[in-house]
Amino acid sequence: MKKKIILFILLLIQINVNYQNWFVEAKIWSRLEYKFATVFSILLIFLLLLMLFKNNIFLKFKENALYAKMFKEFNKGYGGKIAVIILALIFYAAFMAPFIAPYSPTEIDYSNMTYSAPSFEHWFGTDDFGRDMFSRVLYGARIALGVGFAAVLVNASLGVSLGLLAGYYGGKVDMIIMRLVEIWNSIPFILLALAIISALGTGIFNIIIAVGVTGLINFSRLTRSIVFQIKEKEYVEAAKALGASDLRILYSHILPNSISSLIVLSTLRIGISILVVAGLSFLGLGIQPPTAAWGTMLNRGQEYLIQAPWMSIFPGLAIVITVLSFNLLGDALRDALDPRQLD
Amino acid sequence: MFAYIIKRLLWLIPVVIGVSLILFGIMQLVPGNPAAVMLGTNATPEAIEALNEKFGFNEPFHVRYFLMLKNFLTGELDSIYYGDQVINIIGRRLTATIELGVLSLFIAVLVAIPTGVIAAVKKNSLFDLLSMFIATIGISVPAFFTGIIFIYIFSVYFPFLPSSGYGGRIWTLSGLRHLILPAFALSTVMIASTSRITRSSMLDIMKEDYLVTARSKGVAEKIIILKHAFRNALIPIITNIGNQLAMMFGGAILIESVFAWPGVGRLAVSAVEARDQPLVFGSILILSILFVLVNLLVDIIYVFINPRISYK
Repeated sequence: MKKKIILFILLLIQINVNYQNWFVEAKIWSRLEYKFATVFSILLIFLLLLMLFKNNIFLKFKENALYAKMFKEFNKGYGGKIAVIILALIFYAAFMAPFIAPYSPTEIDYSNMTYSAPSFEHWFGTDDFGRDMFSRVLYGARIALGVGFAAVLVNASLGVSLGLLAGYYGGKVDMIIMRLVEIWNSIPFILLALAIISALGTGIFNIIIAVGVTGLINFSRLTRSIVFQIKEKEYVEAAKALGASDLRILYSHILPNSISSLIVLSTLRIGISILVVAGLSFLGLGIQPPTAAWGTMLNRGQEYLIQAPWMSIFPGLAIVITVLSFNLLGDALRDALDPRQLD
Repeated sequence: MFAYIIKRLLWLIPVVIGVSLILFGIMQLVPGNPAAVMLGTNATPEAIEALNEKFGFNEPFHVRYFLMLKNFLTGELDSIYYGDQVINIIGRRLTATIELGVLSLFIAVLVAIPTGVIAAVKKNSLFDLLSMFIATIGISVPAFFTGIIFIYIFSVYFPFLPSSGYGGRIWTLSGLRHLILPAFALSTVMIASTSRITRSSMLDIMKEDYLVTARSKGVAEKIIILKHAFRNALIPIITNIGNQLAMMFGGAILIESVFAWPGVGRLAVSAVEARDQPLVFGSILILSILFVLVNLLVDIIYVFINPRISYK
């Protein structure tokens, strides 16, 4: 009953937010960021309604023995639960930023173009252009999550493909691929990203590429070792005997078996990617101002460290909390999915 | 073991060639004529042609690559921005980077390993919970944010350490005072992850039967922990330090920028900003070689610590 009341209050808050934005301010579909927020809020309302009135749909998952065991393992420590709640809030902030941010993140307040301390009007204070820091930090979540996920997606697809090839064919192919990956890895990853940015130039797309192609060795080593274990199993032999092609065996027999390990590694890599992107932005070589990104805001904040420490503290804390949540989630998932136990 | 070290040293040659090839290849991705990009929009066609001739931009890929490598090694490769030899510019800044790196590695090992060992021995004590809580947060804090917080606490709020710059060599008082904050800021991530690994590795080892045997023989607890348990727990610790080195090298660039430290990392960043391709090539190549050498050192220490593994 208590749970239902909380859900009902959440639903009312969400409907109120949407009413204010859709009908009072007419922000529905005119810009891309509004489209994302609108779709996200419709899905969220639908999910909340389902949880309120059709709760027995979710019972199926709870009754499934496999999911129940994972769920129990996941809930053992506090880390995983806290991480899920914080990440849910960060995702909400990222998608709903245009609806819930009190001010525009890039609009300069010409009447008051100076930094001001945190107050009731500006919860996190304002920066040196009079821009609201709270709105900027909210909008920064979009960049951090978006670039982080995209970079890990590029990273995983390249690394996993190389690992699959090396592990499946073995012998000379394995040696050549792994040696090349090792040499690629001898350049510390921020330096490699720097070199790529120096050639391609800054910009969100180039940063995703630069961060995505570094640190391939983690994914390829992991995939390779799993392939080595699975390739000798009977069902792979059976598939081979039935005449399945190499590509089919790789993608429909070997890859699904490595998915839980890959999820854990990806979660941990997202944290690292967010750190690298923030670092590059801090150096002035990542996301460019006036886009609100946490690293860029810290770069600006360091200049005003003595007069306006809040300009550095809030974006910095946002990075720490996000990365910490991904790390805690990764650890909890590792316990829940137990990738070491493959049989 | 000697043969293993020789083999690893020989493997350095393809690695260095590979790294320089990768960097050179990346540099070819620059859109447009590199000479025109370097000289900016006001360049005359003659100047572009002269630069093309000088760097051999009209030659095929492999010729240009060998030319650049040869020029770099013989010191003929000039930086565009500084107008000096790349190898000299890097050489002048290398000591600052090495001082910073060595001191922070030293701090990290000196703080992290005792913390982890004590946390493992006094499992679930206040010290254990508190240090592991801090360590869990510590691995998620970006190095530059640690640096900014340190500046705020130790140079702005309690002004007793300089906030930036280079104060001279490490053995002078001023040099050490300038070095303390960046070195501590750089070592935080390494401290956090190494103390976590030390704790879990010690806890794994302390379940082993031979420790029970040692205890029942009446060996002193101190000797059991330091000699029997710790020496065996060292192997995963060293592996983790090796893995964390890449993170540390990346952190060094950020820390050098935060503290205006005149090292190679900051040089690389300013070279990227100035689109000074020869200097980008040189500084990243040197840092990568340094990285490979430190990794090699870690691997060699690994063999000394773990005589059970024989490398063929």
